[in-house]
Amino acid sequence: MSEETKQTEHEHHIVGPGVYVAILLALLVGTALTVWASFLELGPWNPVIALAIATTKAILVVLFFMHVKYSTKLTKLTVMAGIFMFLVLISMTLADYMSRAWGSW
Amino acid sequence: MNGWRARKRKRWPVPDNSAIAHAGQEAITAAHHDDGDNSAHAEHPAYLRHHFESVEQQADTTNFAMWLFLLTEVMFFGGLFLAYLILRNWYYPAFVVGSHQLSIFWGTTNTVTLIASSFTMAMGVWCAETGRRKGLVLSLSLTFALGLVFLGIKSIEYHEKWEKHHIPGLHYSVQSFVNPASDPDIAEYHDKPLNMDMARHTELYFFLYFAMTGMHALHMIIGIGILAFMIYRARAGAYTSGHVTFVENFGLYWHFVDIIWIYLFALLYLISRHQ
Repeated sequence: MSEETKQTEHEHHIVGPGVYVAILLALLVGTALTVWASFLELGPWNPVIALAIATTKAILVVLFFMHVKYSTKLTKLTVMAGIFMFLVLISMTLADYMSRAWGSW
Repeated sequence: MNGWRARKRKRWPVPDNSAIAHAGQEAITAAHHDDGDNSAHAEHPAYLRHHFESVEQQADTTNFAMWLFLLTEVMFFGGLFLAYLILRNWYYPAFVVGSHQLSIFWGTTNTVTLIASSFTMAMGVWCAETGRRKGLVLSLSLTFALGLVFLGIKSIEYHEKWEKHHIPGLHYSVQSFVNPASDPDIAEYHDKPLNMDMARHTELYFFLYFAMTGMHALHMIIGIGILAFMIYRARAGAYTSGHVTFVENFGLYWHFVDIIWIYLFALLYLISRHQ
């Protein structure tokens, strides 16, 4: 086995039930929080808060349930690339729509 | 000038595959002995493919591949989310009253169901990693059951849309939107009647609702099918003797489907409760 491949490998990290239970509770609290927040009259802040809580929950799932926190740099980079490409998709399309026909449909 | 055809042909014997394989094995075994490595060929785990250097490298590679697949899924659902974002801004009043038709109770119940199933799936991965066969079968079975509960609740919701003619198509009805007072389900919202043109655009909301939750439900159905297969295999002792890749990568898929629902719940059910 060459030195190079040894460096890219990492020990398989086993995430235990304690972490999973903690994340489960955090996700349930997040769900309760977002349902509660949807009953408040916050105008334009309603979607912002809902999306912020949803994103927090998604990050918890990705980091702990999906083990990305304990994964290789390659996996972390792949996940970040995916999120980045999704943001590019949204921002480029919105830039196109908003600079042309926005408000005159 | 005779050209290349004139070259005298050498006759090769038909290859004897088993002899070649045998010679290859001997060469590998000899190579291992040469550098003092006493992990002879027969001693590596049966599930380690020969083009990988080690079990860790194999696990990292399949993990990477699974994430590449999930990225294509992100972009697939991303297009639907983007369509929802733009159309919601264009036909805002229609999307608001459209989302008032969804039941917060069922939506919240389904969110909790799916989060619980993600938890049991994560526990299944842990059981596989630590060699707990019974625990793995139990975890996978619970995940399977919770997935079915989710689909059952979803079908109750779909049935209600069917009864109220809120499925886009020829039988679509705008009655709840041009005359909100006639629909007791949305009395709490005190919606103002929409004009016919805007009311027609609620069909767009329901089109996206069915496209997004339908694609999500399809992913759930596929996942439940794979779960059934895994339960069958796990009962026979698979996945708990070191080779956990399949359970792990299925876990990634299941959690991804959970994340999609977290966003669907926020965007379809929650953000337009007021206004």
